Amino acid sequence: MGPFAGIFTRLYGTRGWLALGVLACVLLVVFPVFNLAVPADSPFHISAYWVTLIGKIMCYAMVALAMDLIWGYTGILSLGHGLFFALGGYSFGMYLMRQIGADGQYRVNMPDFMVFLDWKEFPWQWWMSDQFWWCALLVVLVPGLLAFVFGYFAFRSRVKGVYFSIITQALTYAAMLLFFRNATGFGGNNGFTDFKRILDFPITTPGTRMALFAITSVVLIATLLLGRYIVTSKLGRVLTAIRDAESRVMFSGYNPLWYKLFIWTLSAVICGIAGALYVPQVGIINPSEMSPANSIEIAIWVAVGGRGTLVGALLGAGIVNGAKSWFTVAYPEYWLFFLGLMFIGVTLFMPKGVIGVIGSIREKIHARIVTPDLLEKTP
Amino acid sequence: MLRVIYITLMLALAALVRPAYALNATTVEKLAFGESDEQVAAVATLVAEGDEKALVLLQALADGELQSAGKRVLIVKGEEGYDAITGDKISPLPAEREDVAANNRLRRELGTALAALKLVSRDRAVRLAAAKELESGADDTMLPLVKQALAREADPVIKPMLEMIQATLELKGGTKDARIAAIRTLGLSNNPNTKSLLLPLLEKNKDGSYAESDEDIRIEAQKSLRAVEGRLAWGERAEQLFSGISLGSILLLAALGLAITYGLMGVINMAHGEMIMIGAYATYVVQNLFRAHAPGLFDWYLLCAVPVAFVASALVGIALERSVIRFLYGRPLETLLATWGISLFLIQTVRTLFGAQNVQVENPAFMSGGTEVLTGVVLPYSRIVIIFFAAVVLAAMWLLLTRTRLGLFMRGVTQNRPMASCIGVPTPRVDMLAFGLGSGIAGLAGCALSQIGNVGPDLGQSLIVDSFMVVVLGGVGQLAGTVYAALGLGFANKILEAWQGAVLAKIAVLIFIIFFIQKRPQGLFALKGRAVES
Repeated sequence: MGPFAGIFTRLYGTRGWLALGVLACVLLVVFPVFNLAVPADSPFHISAYWVTLIGKIMCYAMVALAMDLIWGYTGILSLGHGLFFALGGYSFGMYLMRQIGADGQYRVNMPDFMVFLDWKEFPWQWWMSDQFWWCALLVVLVPGLLAFVFGYFAFRSRVKGVYFSIITQALTYAAMLLFFRNATGFGGNNGFTDFKRILDFPITTPGTRMALFAITSVVLIATLLLGRYIVTSKLGRVLTAIRDAESRVMFSGYNPLWYKLFIWTLSAVICGIAGALYVPQVGIINPSEMSPANSIEIAIWVAVGGRGTLVGALLGAGIVNGAKSWFTVAYPEYWLFFLGLMFIGVTLFMPKGVIGVIGSIREKIHARIVTPDLLEKTP
Repeated sequence: MLRVIYITLMLALAALVRPAYALNATTVEKLAFGESDEQVAAVATLVAEGDEKALVLLQALADGELQSAGKRVLIVKGEEGYDAITGDKISPLPAEREDVAANNRLRRELGTALAALKLVSRDRAVRLAAAKELESGADDTMLPLVKQALAREADPVIKPMLEMIQATLELKGGTKDARIAAIRTLGLSNNPNTKSLLLPLLEKNKDGSYAESDEDIRIEAQKSLRAVEGRLAWGERAEQLFSGISLGSILLLAALGLAITYGLMGVINMAHGEMIMIGAYATYVVQNLFRAHAPGLFDWYLLCAVPVAFVASALVGIALERSVIRFLYGRPLETLLATWGISLFLIQTVRTLFGAQNVQVENPAFMSGGTEVLTGVVLPYSRIVIIFFAAVVLAAMWLLLTRTRLGLFMRGVTQNRPMASCIGVPTPRVDMLAFGLGSGIAGLAGCALSQIGNVGPDLGQSLIVDSFMVVVLGGVGQLAGTVYAALGLGFANKILEAWQGAVLAKIAVLIFIIFFIQKRPQGLFALKGRAVES
């Protein structure tokens, strides 16, 4: 441990690390064992449905973490994070499409939609897309560069608050329209689907699925730790200060531009990675991921869990998406009611989210037990 | 409609039938008993003679009413029969009759022939319809007939049409002078079809020689073509201008209410689109009530729907302000999320009440159809009405803001909320009324939109980004900004659309706005303030 001990204690206390350990155990040991080793008829068997669902929610949780970094800690509400998620997904989706090879409907070594559109060769966007490393690089580069350029211009001219939110919404809306076009070269309405292989492994086997699940778990935990590392650092303090009083930060001699730009770009990259992990597990990516409604939903995950706490973001993504997958099966017509009420209820009654509620309950209990003591001891 | 005219015309002609109009018996017999070629020739002869009687005969043939009994040719209408040659009434009808068959080739000939004959009809509507039909296709045999009709024609609308048809026909064959004259006449046309007539004259063959060997004709054709293209381009520009204004007026209606709520309270109301939707559905309900209870007054339902849409949306808006939004003042991002939640809630409510499908809102009779300002450039009445409606709403808003006490209060609160509050402006009340007003105007927008587009639960969602763009571009606090931004975006969209297609146009406009915001974060027209940040 040695030099890292300081960082360890800075990130989480003993109980925090313990909880994280338990989480890692569940995701990396319990899930694989109960999914792969336990026979399907056993009551302890975890079905493929659950593996995919939890895998999907973990990708969303990563997006929620990214959103929390930018909104909860820095106070910038992005309504365009769905775009970065989708861009990551599309970048990696290109590789998956190339991996289909000649197994598509038309038995040609080209994605079906291109054959359908009667294209003879790959457009420039698909350059090197059969190389895993290049697509993996794009997953980081495309959302990162877009966020950097967009953020640089926006933050430099000090666009903030609601204005910033609205133009991020316009950005993702414009991108959605662009990707809906067949001529853009990414499959139009239908996007990418029918994947067959990843790194030459068949994509639908339990083994591959579990491998993807495990990678997602590791990346999620790593993201959480990275986020925690950032928000407990000096940088994190500046970010929080920007959230609370940007002009004061400026007057104290900091230039908020680079701080905002860093966290904004990082946030976009995390979203891109989440998108890239999402696509092979869910098996489809299409432009509707970029719809403004999707992006604004990300904000509600964070708001439900509790802004400004990374655990809250994880929790929120889990709660909302869990509720969504239950509602859309059980009461599909009431899901929008519930989602709408959640938006209203959380902003009105739970400004600190679930974490805040738990905190205040704990405080009350604590107060009941501890207060008499305190009253006696304090002079 | 045209068919009704033909039939009435035929009956009128039948009444006028006199032996003096008798047709050439041999021609009629050829038509009835001849081979296909003979029949076609007979049709041509009848057309060339231009007799009104021929129209009745050919129309009867086209309608399958021409029959033969032995050597006689009859026109049979129901139980009555007429001799096709003399026009005498025949009773009783011979028992043994056979239909005169018309094959496809003959039917085609009949179509143009009838049109040509109608050109000399006495009824102006029939002549106009016939001229329009010939405009889109006439063949050389018609030329004498067109000339004949032209000599008789005095109507200011039909005459130029006939001249154009004549020019078209003369261009194909005829002497050099006639062709040059024809080309010149074509040069005066507004009809896009003339372009395709003139262009072949200028084309080159594969070996590089001109398809048209005569140079004078080529020069004339070039001149005429340029003139026609110039006028057509103007027509196109006029159409773009109009659709730009039309889109602008819709954007203006959609964004006006948003500008008020945002300008006044700093509230980004994500449920604004749903206020528009509520207005549209209110219009739908009023329409249904009129249809059920006062079908006679159906054309006037809009007069009732406008205030109903306003009040419905305004009430929903006020209810939202009182129940949710007022608790979130000063927290714009939270307001944004809460209003988004409200919008989802409203969408689902409407889906539950009216179904997820689009509903039908019918135009009143005076708003359907359009006026044709140039050939091919039709301005729909509904859009014209909406442009005026937007102007009226804008004027009313302006009066309200500048001439009433509420307007004064609203401007005061927009400029400096604490100070307005200090001197006794009841800001919570002003907020409530302003929110109601903004929502009500959205309702009016919905009422207008229901006349030109689909009405469905998602109506608002598709508008919300656009309306925000208008507000962001225009800046807050002044109506002028919203107006310029709405019209500007409307034009930009339409002009880019003509050039690069609708989707790319929209993307280009959105990207432009994103860059514009960098330069002027407060929009086109910002209220000047001294605070470091607003």
